Amino acid sequence: MPPKPRRRTVVIARGVDSFFTGVYDGARFFGSFLLEAVRPPFHLREIIRQCYEVGVRSIPLITLTGFITGIVFTKQSRPSLAAFGATSWLPSLITVALLRSLAPLITALICAGKVGSSIGAELGSMKVTEQIEAMEVSAINPFKYLVVTRTIATTFMVPSLMIYCCFVGMTGSYLNVHGNEATSLAAFLKSGFSTITYLDVASSVSKSFVFGLTIGIIACYKGYNATSGTEGVGRAANASVVLAMFIVFIEEILIVQIVHWLRT
Amino acid sequence: MTLDPTEPVIRIHGLTKAFGEREVLRGVDLDVRPAENVVVLGRSGSGKSVLIKILIGLLKPDQGETIVLGHNVHRLRTRALNALRRRVGFSFQNSALYDSMNVKQNLEFPLLMNTKGLQAGEVRDRVHDALEQVGLAHALLQMPSELSGGQRKRIGIARTLILRPEIVLYDEPTAGLDPVTSAEINELINQVQHKYHSASIIITHDLTCARTTGDRVAMLIDGTMLRIGSFDEVFATDDPRVAGFYKYNFMQPPEQQ
Repeated sequence: MPPKPRRRTVVIARGVDSFFTGVYDGARFFGSFLLEAVRPPFHLREIIRQCYEVGVRSIPLITLTGFITGIVFTKQSRPSLAAFGATSWLPSLITVALLRSLAPLITALICAGKVGSSIGAELGSMKVTEQIEAMEVSAINPFKYLVVTRTIATTFMVPSLMIYCCFVGMTGSYLNVHGNEATSLAAFLKSGFSTITYLDVASSVSKSFVFGLTIGIIACYKGYNATSGTEGVGRAANASVVLAMFIVFIEEILIVQIVHWLRT
Repeated sequence: MTLDPTEPVIRIHGLTKAFGEREVLRGVDLDVRPAENVVVLGRSGSGKSVLIKILIGLLKPDQGETIVLGHNVHRLRTRALNALRRRVGFSFQNSALYDSMNVKQNLEFPLLMNTKGLQAGEVRDRVHDALEQVGLAHALLQMPSELSGGQRKRIGIARTLILRPEIVLYDEPTAGLDPVTSAEINELINQVQHKYHSASIIITHDLTCARTTGDRVAMLIDGTMLRIGSFDEVFATDDPRVAGFYKYNFMQPPEQQ
């Protein structure tokens, strides 16, 4: 039996209320991050440890994905370019595609999945087992120690991984181009970088900073506010990934538009 | 701040706390004197843990005052609250050990984060002292997941002691433990009191724990401290709420023992 209109109105009102409450809480959480990030102490050792967890431990997955993307994208693009006798454009096409869009997005999505879920689950589990409260009662600021360090790590590691992803993607692409067109490395690089501008590099790196910040802050927010025991931990990990991916795509559209305006 | 040794180290007055419609604490009053163990007894969900979480500033009361070591907890700013928290230890019901750290790191963590310029040797000695106190010096490099429930409780207490607190708050220290391990934890609570001359509030529903560790017992029923006194004084009543609590702990009334 369908719900009565009045009941439906209540459900919609609750949904809207919960949405805006979530946005408000999220904004406050982000505000606290900005405030705490510039206040000492900075827990450098923990930031470095987190950079290792986020950056170094993601390298195998980024390597595999970036390398395969480079090869596959080159293989898929070849027939279209070959129809116009323009296979010599492959290096520049791949380089532009990787740098402008593929590498930032691939890196962000992998980090949202791997790092986001890991942070969401870790903080969620700490929350439901009172480890965060244990820090508080020991006069340690858990927000600063857990949230700020992890978010700084993702903010700096995602751009680094993006650059690395570009490198391995181009390596994959070069191997394919070299195998098919016998292009030398020097010629591949020359052709690839000829179409790249400073704006491409700057926009991709800045975009990755934004993605890294988004992934870190969302994962920490979801984990830090986990409730309802172990079920809540799973929900926090899942929500971290889904929300981070959603926001990354929205940011991608907005940033592409901004860069387009700057270019024209 | 210098405290008068005869003055209570904890003074709770008119404390009320509600979660939504549900009123958990309804005008709680309690004083704890220096080096005194006070046991707060009550049924599950009666607000015992809420009471000590208010004392340490993890929860805010709706009304009332909580004066700890001369400070009104809920008027303190963050820095002053943290300074107070360094003087008050809190032992969690589920130990709340950091599961990404081994025992040594669990103990070092609050020490290193709160004490600047501490020499490595001093840190090592204090960790060793705290572990010796709880009888687990051999567990230094074990991970929390490798410890039994009783050992986790002990390490939780050791972590509480590492900052040498003047007050220790124990949340259900014997919950979920077998009788022998419970007796060991009760003994440990008494040893801590004698060695560190610390005052304690022990939250429990375990009457053996209350009788063994409490200098005084406070019975929290329906959000108020129904009876406060020695163990025998508290249970020398016909009040069915108190008698029932006794009966269902499978013990004989005090006069029959």
